[in-house]
Amino acid sequence: MFGISDNLTDQRIQLFSIVGSFALLFFILSLIKKKKLKEEYALLWIGASIVFASFSIFRPALEYLAKFLGIHYAPTALLLMLIMAITIILIHYSTVISKLSEQTKRLTQEIALLRHDVDSKKETSNDNDE
Amino acid sequence: MSEPKICIIVPAFNEEVSIAKVITSLKAHNSRYVVVVINDASKDKTQAVAESTGFARVITLPCNLGIGGGVQTGFLFAKRNNCDIAIQFDGDGQHVAEEITKLTTPIINGEADVVIGSRFVGSNTETFKSTALRRIGIKFFQWLNSILIKQKITDNTSGFRSYSREALELLAEQYPVDYPEPEAVILLGKNGFRIKEVFTRMEARDGGESSIGGIKSAYYMIKVTLSILITAIRPPIER
Repeated sequence: MFGISDNLTDQRIQLFSIVGSFALLFFILSLIKKKKLKEEYALLWIGASIVFASFSIFRPALEYLAKFLGIHYAPTALLLMLIMAITIILIHYSTVISKLSEQTKRLTQEIALLRHDVDSKKETSNDNDE
Repeated sequence: MSEPKICIIVPAFNEEVSIAKVITSLKAHNSRYVVVVINDASKDKTQAVAESTGFARVITLPCNLGIGGGVQTGFLFAKRNNCDIAIQFDGDGQHVAEEITKLTTPIINGEADVVIGSRFVGSNTETFKSTALRRIGIKFFQWLNSILIKQKITDNTSGFRSYSREALELLAEQYPVDYPEPEAVILLGKNGFRIKEVFTRMEARDGGESSIGGIKSAYYMIKVTLSILITAIRPPIER
């Protein structure tokens, strides 16, 4: 009796993770299609959801991985993978933000210098007109 | 060197009270200075007040970048306008125009690439009062920077500095964004620039607030220490 319900729980979590990872994959792809997400930022998400889906479908692979990592309850290995994927994606975002803030700083400086140049040129040409 | 072209970079954020006096004092000291006020998206009348003096060029940043990004805009300006020396001079009135000569002379004579106007070096008279917490911070950076560049710099947080052409070219490319002063010392020291410190008299500030204070102090110390250590382990920039 215990064995049967245990088995059912296992199957249920497997079903959830398969559905979940495909839902994520299609959601990411639809965002790219609608041009709301650039491909280069979606690659990590796509990669993570494909890996996640594969391990959800091929139960033996997951069990082998769990054994290798010393995890007794195999689906926990999926959680571990999810946490790792999220961590990698967040670190990637931090590097993107750093790059963007450097670019924004440069643009701000260039705009200020250009506006100064334009304004002083305008003044000289106005002086010449008078 | 014939008469060098000297650019005075004045970072200003909400300095309408003191900026006019600062610009007039610079003009009175030497009317051949190129004075550039970097108005860091001030919310007050800094821009109008600075422009009304008729002596300073006023560059207004469209968004607030903080002291580092502001001063770097000045280095970019100095680089593109073929200035030989760039001076960093605060817009809040704590730096004294007459003291600039002390900072430019070692560069003109070829003794140094960077000269820091210091409140502490070679003098026992305390012309600048600061809190206990600030003193601890100052001591800490003296200790840390001395180890890393093997030269004792007493006033690492001083924003009264002069830079040679080579130094300003480097800083136009690369300059820390917030609390840049202690980090710039390491950046320049590690890249083989000769740093010299001279005693300069400083006034109490006229207006504005220090960029460091209150609960920001802890963040300041941690952030600057991390940046300093990372700058120290980076390989020197090829030039």
